[in-house]
Parts: sequence; C-alpha cells; structure tokens
Amino acid sequence: MKILVCISNVPDTTSKINFTEGDTQFDTNGVQFVINPNDEFGLTRAMWFKEKQGATVHIATVGDASVEPTMRKALAIGADEGIRINAVPTDGFFVAEQLAHVIKEGAYDLIIAGRESIDYNGGMVPGILAGLLGMNFVNTCIGLEVEGDTATALREIDGGKEKVTAQLPLVIGGQKGLVEESDLKIPNMRGIMMARKKALNVVEPIGATTATADKKFEKPEPKGAVKLTESVDELVELLHTEAKVI
Amino acid sequence: MSVLVYTESENGKFKKSAFEVASYAKSVADQLGTSAVAISFSADENNSLGAYGISKVLSVSNDQLNSFNAEAYAKAIAEAVEREGADVVVFSSSSNSKYTAPLLAAKLKAGYVPNVVESPSSTAPFTVKRTAFSNKGFAHTEISTAKKIVGVSNNSFGIIENSADITVEDFAPALSDGDFAVQSVEVDKVAGKVSIADAEIVVSGGRGLKGPENWGMVEELAEVLGAATACSKPVSDMGWRPHSEHVGQTGKPVASNLYIAIGISGAIQHLAGVSASKTKVVINNDPEAPFFKAADYGIVGDAFEVVPQLIEKLREFKAQNA
Ligand SMILES: Cc1cc2nc3c(=O)[nH]c(=O)nc-3n(C[C@H](O)[C@H](O)[C@H](O)COP(=O)(O)OP(=O)(O)OC[C@H]3O[C@@H](n4cnc5c(N)ncnc54)[C@H](O)[C@@H]3O)c2cc1C
Repeated sequence: MKILVCISNVPDTTSKINFTEGDTQFDTNGVQFVINPNDEFGLTRAMWFKEKQGATVHIATVGDASVEPTMRKALAIGADEGIRINAVPTDGFFVAEQLAHVIKEGAYDLIIAGRESIDYNGGMVPGILAGLLGMNFVNTCIGLEVEGDTATALREIDGGKEKVTAQLPLVIGGQKGLVEESDLKIPNMRGIMMARKKALNVVEPIGATTATADKKFEKPEPKGAVKLTESVDELVELLHTEAKVI
Repeated sequence: MSVLVYTESENGKFKKSAFEVASYAKSVADQLGTSAVAISFSADENNSLGAYGISKVLSVSNDQLNSFNAEAYAKAIAEAVEREGADVVVFSSSSNSKYTAPLLAAKLKAGYVPNVVESPSSTAPFTVKRTAFSNKGFAHTEISTAKKIVGVSNNSFGIIENSADITVEDFAPALSDGDFAVQSVEVDKVAGKVSIADAEIVVSGGRGLKGPENWGMVEELAEVLGAATACSKPVSDMGWRPHSEHVGQTGKPVASNLYIAIGISGAIQHLAGVSASKTKVVINNDPEAPFFKAADYGIVGDAFEVVPQLIEKLREFKAQNA
C-alpha cells in the first residue's frame, strides 16, 4: 500500500493572531509553525500501516521553502519521502489541484489529509481532492483499517458515529481518534538524523484555479468585562432577563 | 439564476439549521434580485420552508437517499444546480454539510467558503465574512468562480421569517451505483440526545471536576436545560468522557447560544473552539482562571457546591416558566 499524507504547515495553537500590511496578510512574525494537529493524527496512523502492513508513506505539502522544517519533522516521525510543491498556498481549491496532480503521478492507494487546517479552517482540501481525482472520500475520520483493497472507516457524525466501507483508492479527512493523543510521537534523535538524509523532492506547481481570495482580515471586538455574581439566583435571573438565553 | 440551499432534515424533520440557511439563502437571493430554491431529502414538511422565504423546494424522496451519502447527495445537488441555473449554493456547518460541500465544489469548479457569519457584503465581487484562525480572526473572502458555495456558520445569521409563496416539486436525480461506493455499515447515535452541533445550550466540564464519577451533576444540569454535554480535551484524553464530547480547537467547534464551562481553565485552544458561542458562563474556584476574561457571566466558587444549587434553581425556574 502506498500512502500519501498531506501535511499543512500551521501556526502553533498558542499563537497570537495578528495581521499586517493594512490587515491583508497574516503576520508570521514570532509565530512558531507546526504540523497541523489533524494531519499529525493521520501521519501517526500512517506509521501504524507502515509498521504493521508494510506500507510506504510519503508526505506532501504545498508551500515555499519555509515549510521544510515542518516537513522534516514529519519525516523524523517516520515518513519515507517528502514532496514539496513549490507554491504559496492561496486557497483550498488551488492546494487540492496541486495535490491531485502529485497524487496522479504517484499512484497512491490511500490519501490521508486532515479534516481541516487550524489556520484558515477551510476543511475543503480533502473533499475537493477526492472529487477531482474521482476517489472515494470519508470525512471526519476517527478510525481506519485496511484489508486488501477494502477500507473500513469510522466517521464522526453530529451526535454519534458511523461505520462505512469503501474500496481503495480512498481519501480521508482525519482527526483525533485515528490514533489516541498518547500515540503521537515526538521525533527522537535518531529519527531527526535519519530525516536529514531522506528525499525531500521539490516540484513546481501546475497552473491552477484560484477560486477564492482573502481580501482583508480583522480581529474580533474585544470582549466586555465578565459579570461576576455569587448567587445562582442572580445568575439565572441574568441569563433569563439580560442574556435571554433561557 | 437562483440561489440553491441544501436544507437538512433528520427522520423527516427539518433541523433548526435548515431554517437558518433558508433565511440566509433568501437574503442572498434578494441581494441578487432572484429567488431562493431549496433541495431536501426525505423531508416531510417541505412547505414549512416558505416561512423563511423559499419559493420552491426540490423534494427528493428516493429510498436510497433516505440516509445520508455525501457523494450521492453532492451529485443530486449538482444536478439541481444545473436544473435551476443556480449561481450560489448555501450549506450549513453540520458535519454532513462540511462533507458534501467540497465534493460539490470539485464537481462545479466552484469556490467554496465555509464558516460564513454574515450575508455577502457585496455580490460583485462576491464577498463574504467568515471566521478564520479558529475564531481568533475574521477574513473577508472574495469568490471569483462562476458558481459559488457558501457554508453558513451555525447560529450566526439567525432564523428570519419572510413568508413566500412556495411550490414543492418532486425531484429524482440521476444516480448510479458508483455514487454509493462509500457504504454505510452502521450508525451509532444516542437516541433522544441533542448533539453539540445542534444544541442551543452546551454544558461542558473540565479537569476541575476531578473524575468521571462526578459527571452526574453535569448531565443533570444539561437535562434541566435541554443541553448537550461537552468536555475539555484532557477530560476526553483521560477517558473520563468520550472523544465525541471534546470541544475546542482540535475537537468540535461550539457555536451555541449559551455555553456553561465548569472547572475548565480556559486555555487558548479551548477558547478558540468555543468562543463563537453567544453567551458564556464560567464556574471555577480560581478567580484567576483565564476563562473569566473570555466569559460574560461567572461564579467564583466550588463546582461541587455551585452546580447542585444551580440545578435546583433552574428546576424552580423551569417550573415557574413552563
Ligand atoms: C495542540 C494542542 C491542542 C489542544 N486542543 C484543545 C482543545 O481542542 N480543547 C481543549 O479543551 N483543550 C485543548 N488543548 C489543551 C489545553 O491547552 C488545556 O490543557 C486544556 O484545555 C485544559 O483543560 P481543563 O481546563 O479541563 O483543565 P485545567 O487547565 O487543569 O483546568 C481545570 C480548572 O478547573 C478549576 N477547578 C479545579 N477544581 C475546581 C472545583 N472544585 N470547582 C470549580 N473549578 C475547579 C481549576 O481552577 C482550573 O481552572 C490543546 C493543547 C494543545 C497543545
């Protein structure tokens, strides 16, 4: 089985979000970038397929050279090879088209992407990718087994979960549950050394659609001060008459 | 030209979010000087959408489509887009909508913007405001493709009554076996329990509750309020509560009217996922807990004392206001 894990390079979850250039750009100043958490669960599941079922695991990221440290980390966790598509990711459709091209060339059986990136929260790359490739697609995937050509997946639905089956090739939008938090691996020294020697191939982007563009950003209005009370009677009264939520 | 909206139902009944996205579609249709058309699957009361400005419903009642299948639904919606000459398609933020919309985007070569919180600020160029960076920011995003897909953030636009004359047409999309290649084997859903995505009120517990044995009062509070139960990440990581209750940046987003956080410190990743809720109440014994800075109302106190009192008070309140 040949697996491609799509890795998005995102600001660390503790990042302060600021905008620059007249609020038209995300300010990367002082921001630490990491593997998108949803992708990390998928990557770790891919490592399981590698160890238990002899799968080959490649990673792909659409980004300029600044994403390479994040990709090296994914290689240190155990992926075999990386592909960097040398373009600034402008929108989800563009990213999906770039990845679709690489996937066609590489003849992958299983594409593991994250349910959404925690930066722009688009949640569209895996689905558009599957659509463009005509592959089966399971979103919000919280469990995945593969036997031969058949995948059995668990997907989170509002208020529960659903078990589905599908033939490979398959694209999933993964999240926590694919593996447990405690299964996530911090790369060790040996992994980091080995990752330096692994291939990280740079390919040029194909001409692709830009369907959407962020023209301006803004931050939420600062929150008013909290109203503290000592009595539940007063709280219930406030929720009823002031907030009008009960 | 028209605006098409996917109105979701469950067991034949429209979800509350269906009325919100219908209201949104009507607002976009007015801006474009056109009409709003809905597509529903196995819904019973299609006429009810007329109250929110929908003038036509394409009603699909095909046994194969009784239960959700993303690819088949996307294909049916694509056919409806063609039939109605729709330029804009509106979805909700449910997990089924977020599953289907990208598949449709690929079919229509359409730009898709999810998590939209307002009606378009302009229709030429078509520009919408959406949340980004897990609610730490907003983006004003332009869609430049001919067909456009908008996902409305739950509870952001509201339900707006806007009565229209409505017609209901049967719609039988052309589907093939290949559209059902992802097959549902079983659905595991707790009956009679409101989901976090659909709930107007969410009651959430954190590590401050000390152990799973103390969740009785959280469930009781949720029951009194007709609320969904949720938890912080460590609580689900330790197995005190199921993963499906984990809310926050790496869990489920919450955009309820009321969010009650009990024994949750208010870490940045937690707040990112719940801050879209309209009113936030914090119960925490540490006056310095960061959550108080992000809350509307708070009680500094021991949850084990405050929550039972609150349950009792709410029971009285419900009895009086029933
Ligand atoms: C990459 C990453 C992603 C993350 N994603 C998420 C996420 O999606 N969601 C999430 O929730 N977290 C997430 N976290 C974890 C987050 O950083 C915090 O660790 C977590 O939210 C803390 O959970 P808590 O508030 O339940 O526990 P704590 O921080 O331990 O807080 C417990 C609180 O309970 C209070 N307390 C104790 N006893 C009582 C009592 N008797 N009565 C009342 N109050 C009491 C304490 O004062 C304290 O404020 C993430 C972390 C990382 C690194």
